[in-house]
Amino acid sequence: MSQSTSDTALDVASVVEDVNLRRIGHYTIIILFLGFFLLPLITGIMTALKTSNAVANTLPFMPPLGDGFTLANLEYAFGRLSHAFVNSLLMAIPATIINVLLASMAAFGLTMVRWRGQLGILVLFLIGIFVPYQAVLVPLARFWNNIFPIADMLEPLFSIVPLIQGYHSALVPLIVTHVAYGIPICMLLFRSYYQSLPNSLVEAAKIDGASITKIYRRIILPISKPMFGVVFIYQFTQIYNEFLFSFTLVTSANSSEAPITLIIPTVGASTSGIDFGIRMAAAFLAALPTIILYVAFAEQFAKGLETESA
Amino acid sequence: MTTHDTTETTETATGPSEERVDWQTKLRYFLNSDFVRSSPYWGIPFLLMGIAVYGGIGYNLAISFTDYAGIARPSFSSLDLEMYRRALADGSFRAAAFQNFVLLVGFTSISLGLGLFLAVLLDYGIRYKETIQTIYLLPMALSFVVTAQLWLWMYSPGSNGMLNVLVTTFGFEPIDWLGNPKLSLAAVIFALVWQFSGYAMVVFLAGLQSLPSDQFEAAKVDGASTTKTYVRIIIPQLKQASVGAAVVLMLFALKAFDFLYAITGNYRPPNGTDILATLMVREAFQYGQWAYGAAIATMLLLLSLAVIAPYLIFQHRQGSL
Repeated sequence: MSQSTSDTALDVASVVEDVNLRRIGHYTIIILFLGFFLLPLITGIMTALKTSNAVANTLPFMPPLGDGFTLANLEYAFGRLSHAFVNSLLMAIPATIINVLLASMAAFGLTMVRWRGQLGILVLFLIGIFVPYQAVLVPLARFWNNIFPIADMLEPLFSIVPLIQGYHSALVPLIVTHVAYGIPICMLLFRSYYQSLPNSLVEAAKIDGASITKIYRRIILPISKPMFGVVFIYQFTQIYNEFLFSFTLVTSANSSEAPITLIIPTVGASTSGIDFGIRMAAAFLAALPTIILYVAFAEQFAKGLETESA
Repeated sequence: MTTHDTTETTETATGPSEERVDWQTKLRYFLNSDFVRSSPYWGIPFLLMGIAVYGGIGYNLAISFTDYAGIARPSFSSLDLEMYRRALADGSFRAAAFQNFVLLVGFTSISLGLGLFLAVLLDYGIRYKETIQTIYLLPMALSFVVTAQLWLWMYSPGSNGMLNVLVTTFGFEPIDWLGNPKLSLAAVIFALVWQFSGYAMVVFLAGLQSLPSDQFEAAKVDGASTTKTYVRIIIPQLKQASVGAAVVLMLFALKAFDFLYAITGNYRPPNGTDILATLMVREAFQYGQWAYGAAIATMLLLLSLAVIAPYLIFQHRQGSL
């Protein structure tokens, strides 16, 4: 009897110890991964704040001390980027708004009413999400440059409008392109939300004789406000961060209409190599809007990602 | 009331007009159907997307059969498979296809594995879960271009690159990570895993949280170890989440052009990391070999379709389409 009691006591002790060790191990791994995800960012920020002398002579992740600290990199990078930053916003904001609206309409049309053949249209939308942009780049470049050069047509008009420059007309083809290729994924995000709404909501309105327009404006639009936030944040980040379309349609980082992603790989590059202090400063300034959006709306951002794969 | 009247009067009419009525009611019925009434809503976005995606693919396919190059106009008078033959005979195409495959499989499986591991770690009722999740996912908010700059600096071949600081601390010589063709592809995959494993984690975490906890409790009562419970009971139920995350990750891998271009700031990515996407843009937009680029793009499209067709069928079978 006494034998068994001592056994139990031992077991309990070992279990408690085991649990504590496990918890400690668990948190250690979590913290190690925090380091893994933060190290490149910390290294980048520290480097952005260092003089080129300090970049060469101190460890890359160490904070700049004394003479090594400078804001000159950020100042210089801001000078190079401020222009492109305006271009990126002039492109991303209207493109996102049109995109989100059209996508919400499409999702409404495909979930709130039922008709035969709907699945076919839906599959065509879904394939649109997965098409690699390379597969449409050559036609796209030909269309906007040779067949329908809308940028050149609009340029005189754009130079009359206050606060906007003539060269901003080159952003119009980019906006249309982003809207067209952004519709499928945004439609999917809205669709999964509309599917989760109770069926009775629309059925009741239908029985009351509400038209489809009325159902959309009076019921669906107000109720999908939170989803508009999610899709807007998701899509704004995508368009602001996009590179390939800008690269192939604007062609040169030296053009005055170049969006910010096009400029970053050229900032701080010289014949003697890359000035990483300046390059990191540019990278952080460019990433700042999406980082702020992300930190402020992390939950919405994650929700957008969850539904994307569902 | 008025509509009812008209139908009644016309119904009493004879012969040919009866047929006409039938046709009219059919038309009226059709115009009132949900298909037509909802068409402005899905039709306008569908038209825009359809022209851009399917029109673009069709035109690209047509160009890929020509020998369109330089500043001339594409001539559709003689169409052949010359460009496809040229690609298959080209050593750099085959190298790019192989590296594309390694990137696709390596990046997707590592990101999925790491994402699952992180999701299980965070699903344990730990403190500050939300904050930790936000930090793990943070790289996802950055663009490929910014990530490329951060890792260009991390991989800097001199002794002041972050990874070489680690290497030299352990007494080894500094390594040229991106310049060495044996290491460069792994280095690229590692950086992409850094950026996107948080994505897989979020998807798995959502999947884990949607599972009923009573199974876990039951397994615990039966005396199964935690590892066993995860391997035998929990993870098999994450099939849906895994498939979804895998498809999206593969598409990120196919789109890695941005990353590879930005890491050197020119058309030629680091040694040994050329993939179909970079080859296509280089051939078309640097050398003006439009038809050849279009042919490579068509093959890249076929590769993506091979990834997504099974996915769409799977989704349809699961009833989530």
